Amino acid sequence: MAARDGAMTKRIAIAVVAALVALGLVPLVWFVVSTGGRPSLDAGVWRVLGFTLWQALMSTVISIALALPVALALVRVGPRWRDAALSVLSLPQGLPAIVVVLMLVTLLGESGWLGGWYPLYGLGGIVLAHVYFNFPLASRLFAQSLMNVPAEHVRLSQQLGFDRAALWRRLELPVLWPVVVRAFALIFLLCTASFVIVLTLGGVAATTLEVAIFQSLRMDFDPARALSLSLVQIALCAVLVAAAGRTAWVETGTTRHSVTAWPSSSHAITAAVVVMALSALALPLFLLIFDGVRNLQFSETLARATLLSIGLAVVSCVLTLLLTWPLAKGGHFMSGLAGVIVPPAVMATGWFLVLLWTGANYLWNVLALVALNVLMSLPFAGSGLSTGFARMGAQRDRLYSQYGVRGFNRFLRFELPQMRQAVSQAGAMAFVLSLGDLAAITLIGNQGIITLPSLISQQLGNYRSADAMGTALVLAVLCLVVAVFSQRWRDDPV
Amino acid sequence: MIRFENVKYERDGFSLAADFKVDRASLCAVLGPSGAGKSTLLSLVAGFEDLRSGRILIDETVMTGVPPAARPVHFVFQSHNDFPHLSLFDNVALGLSPRLKLDVEQRMAVDSALARVGLAALGQRKPGQVSGGELQRMALARALVRAKPVLLLDEPFASLDPGLRREMLALVVELHREHRLTTLLVTHQPEEARSACDAVVFVADGVARAPVETERFFQCTDEVVKRYLG
Repeated sequence: MAARDGAMTKRIAIAVVAALVALGLVPLVWFVVSTGGRPSLDAGVWRVLGFTLWQALMSTVISIALALPVALALVRVGPRWRDAALSVLSLPQGLPAIVVVLMLVTLLGESGWLGGWYPLYGLGGIVLAHVYFNFPLASRLFAQSLMNVPAEHVRLSQQLGFDRAALWRRLELPVLWPVVVRAFALIFLLCTASFVIVLTLGGVAATTLEVAIFQSLRMDFDPARALSLSLVQIALCAVLVAAAGRTAWVETGTTRHSVTAWPSSSHAITAAVVVMALSALALPLFLLIFDGVRNLQFSETLARATLLSIGLAVVSCVLTLLLTWPLAKGGHFMSGLAGVIVPPAVMATGWFLVLLWTGANYLWNVLALVALNVLMSLPFAGSGLSTGFARMGAQRDRLYSQYGVRGFNRFLRFELPQMRQAVSQAGAMAFVLSLGDLAAITLIGNQGIITLPSLISQQLGNYRSADAMGTALVLAVLCLVVAVFSQRWRDDPV
Repeated sequence: MIRFENVKYERDGFSLAADFKVDRASLCAVLGPSGAGKSTLLSLVAGFEDLRSGRILIDETVMTGVPPAARPVHFVFQSHNDFPHLSLFDNVALGLSPRLKLDVEQRMAVDSALARVGLAALGQRKPGQVSGGELQRMALARALVRAKPVLLLDEPFASLDPGLRREMLALVVELHREHRLTTLLVTHQPEEARSACDAVVFVADGVARAPVETERFFQCTDEVVKRYLG
């Protein structure tokens, strides 16, 4: 019986997701066909595709190249420093893209603190922002896999007197290689789909498929071109996901090992690598705090934007969890679903047209915004919950059915307590994603809907970057608070 | 000969003290309750852990500050002795050259070590293609090519079936005699100590006690030992 219940909710969830996706695609196709337009793959489309791949490749290679030495140094600086450094390395991922863009502009822009020398607008800025996000992610993945090396192997290499080259070839490389491949796939995928960074730091020549779709619809109103770009983007995603196979997972938190066999190194290079990596990450953050506190002005606009952002995030988070739970419970469906994610810009084109035709009011706009946020959080939250279900173990099913534990009782008393860690992780992810979202609101929002990220973007656009820093600080603090609380709740003994 | 001189070790509230010597070319069992510090005692000799005070001498040489690779010691772990991406031959060859650059003589040494532990035909297999017992034999073959005078075995047969265990123990005893190794064998099986070892080091309550002749150990009237033996 219990299995039947599960299948039912799962079917509903799939239907909801399918309906939302269809709503994104069908109107665009219909509109293009009915107006006699047809998608065409002209030189412009290929150029955009070329740039999309090129910036993703650069970002990925640089992120991984930087992360390898950092990870190798991290496992050797002693547990206390290592854990502190890992915490710092997890910060950028929790920051909204617009905040990172703003930090980079304030640091390296024309009138920035260290401004002038770095070509921030165009390929250089896009890659730099992507690296700021992804090199810490890669460092953590690599460090984690090194920390999972059996203590015996490390001791064996000590006993056999491995020199640096032998240590790399015999011990570190074999452990890291599969993780490097997976990290490459993941980061490449993230960089291909990145929207806000390219929108704000890119330009006419430096534009990716996602941004070009948005521009062709919102700026030029050229649905045929939007459709061609969308089709290319969908094909690209499909190819990438197929190529990455099951490797494109999403990392879900760090397990802490207090004991690791890696001997602490007193080598100056080890410390220098870690210190350099951390200061590169921390410098923009300090700037944000310093400039943000100085420029923080409480206004009604800020208060409204904060409340709306929190409200939207709460709703998106709850809906994401409700939708993800039955999907993730159905086993590996989620990793498959992550494969068929339709890129948000593509989804948004269809919804935008529907909203346009129906002359939608504020409420419909907000609902569409929430729905798009939910879809964007789905793959991340899904992989988090899937991991939780996998850890809980399917073999318990027999135990449950033997004692007749089922339905809501099973959910509330048995599954939820065991899934607390996964739920708080996935929930926090969905919450922060929605809180910091600028992509969905740019794609289908209207002037009347002002959230924290769109306020930052407005202020930045009006050359009020000082005000923007104040707003960004509020947003960053909110994200951080959520992350810390979810961590607390997760670590509390049941 | 291994000599522990006022050795004290401490980490995260766990402590271990040792002050005794183990005779050259003897085969000593290390017994004691779980978590008492049997493995730690071996790690101290191998140099994987640092002493808090005191010193360890091997054949009259002070080991303080000597890195693991430079000690006249070979350590066989309970598991993970293999690098899974290397063939058994290469795994043994690592004992001679971390870069796997072997001359003809060294290759012959690896071959004969593999033959000595009964793996002559399996040299080109990967660890994933052989049994747990065969992996532990490989670890012993590596000990042979390294030819260090002290052999430390940390529950090397714990994951093997009883029949295989006896076979492996016999092999260890043979190698120990052939090469006159000073051998410390951590085990959870008192009968292994009884059937094969010259003496027993008993580790309990944060102290490793001096080796006692095997027969005398099993007739011991000490409360802690009796409770351990059950």
